[in-house]
Amino acid sequence: MTALRHEARLALAIAAKDARAELRGRHALVSTLFFAAIVLLLFGFALGPDRSRLSEAAPGLLWLALVFAGILAVSRLHLLETDDGALEQLALYPVPRRTIYAGKALAGFAVMGVLGLIVLGAVAVLFGASVGESIVPLLVTLLLGIIGIAAVGTFYAGLTVRLPSREVMLPLLMLPVLAPLLLGAVKATAAALAGDPFGELGAWLQLLVAFDVVMVTAGAATYGYLLEDG
Amino acid sequence: MKTRIVGWVAFAAVTLMVLVALFVVPADLNQGDAQRIMYPHVASAWLAYLSFGVTALAGIGWLWRRDLRFDSVALAGAEIGVMFTAFAIWGGMMWGRPVWGVFWQWEDPRLTTTALLLALYVGYLLLRRLTDDPDRRATRAAIVGIVAAVDIPIVHFSVEWWRGLHQTATIGSPDKILNPAAPAQFVLTLVGMVLAFTLVWTYLMIRRYQLAQADLANEEAARVDRIMEARAVEASR
Repeated sequence: MTALRHEARLALAIAAKDARAELRGRHALVSTLFFAAIVLLLFGFALGPDRSRLSEAAPGLLWLALVFAGILAVSRLHLLETDDGALEQLALYPVPRRTIYAGKALAGFAVMGVLGLIVLGAVAVLFGASVGESIVPLLVTLLLGIIGIAAVGTFYAGLTVRLPSREVMLPLLMLPVLAPLLLGAVKATAAALAGDPFGELGAWLQLLVAFDVVMVTAGAATYGYLLEDG
Repeated sequence: MKTRIVGWVAFAAVTLMVLVALFVVPADLNQGDAQRIMYPHVASAWLAYLSFGVTALAGIGWLWRRDLRFDSVALAGAEIGVMFTAFAIWGGMMWGRPVWGVFWQWEDPRLTTTALLLALYVGYLLLRRLTDDPDRRATRAAIVGIVAAVDIPIVHFSVEWWRGLHQTATIGSPDKILNPAAPAQFVLTLVGMVLAFTLVWTYLMIRRYQLAQADLANEEAARVDRIMEARAVEASR
């Protein structure tokens, strides 16, 4: 038990390091936010001004914006390590590799959390989604969704950070894997917004939980090999 | 020599089964001749899954044993799997157009799942091209291959649910509606086609593996050449 607590502390230390770096270079988070906002605006243009159609599409737009912004967020958290050989330093930390993965994913989760809350608010304002009445199931969906995005994103960002064409490869590898998460999160969000008339919210949340568990496990088990291959 | 025999047997088996599927077995009562696409289509889909399973297992083998032969098997599986996946999608679309009236039926979970599979493994193959060092390439590919394989069942279930959570599972899905007068004929043709395709798959796997091994040997020879050249330059100074 103490060993586990120790590992959790180490992971938190790594996450805190990233969070500090993120906060000091404040423009990075802000620019990711603006990117998400612009994506939402463009979706609005693409679908036209029809109010009912927009609010119907709102769950899908919310999650597409989050997934796209998530690509930027997780890739930056790894890019930060490529300066001055920081990634090699990180690999030399005398801690289990899964701890480094956990720390990185936690940092990604924190960034995505801030992003998620603001984008949710933006969707409510822009597309007239009635967030207020179903805030609890929405927040649970948001939580499970961004855990998945952070888990998968951290893994693939670690994989692609040293590749010559990482800007293309990261979304190319990450998006098909995230497809089931997108499905589940959009469906859960839509069910939550509608007040769950068919009682299907629980099933979609279960799908998200399963996705998160599988991907966090797979990421933690394999991330060490990525650091090794230097 | 032995591989060549496998190749000829596979070629003969597929030729035979194509003739059987086209001319011997009667057409389906409801779907007509379009139903004949089902035979190669189902066989291709099966081989796609088999290939990706092989790729994932070979990836685990590499991480465990660090033997590049495993990586060659993984590469063969992924490349041949992508080919059969594309073939399965193409067959599904050709079948969907006359039967459903559209090339792409979003309601069909398997078609959608297969499209995602194609995206996953095209990414895998692209990733392989971006790394020169054989060991690094094998490690990166192995991990991506394992995660992709883990993702397949989740993709499958999510897409199946997505179509309609409350719909009872339609076991008699459209491409399984067989001519009630002669079901055994259809089933036997399908089994024969699957076996013939699997023979072709075996032949392709062996050849692709041999090619991958030869590529590795070439890479290694080129590397040694470069080192010798550099040494020669060093010595002449």
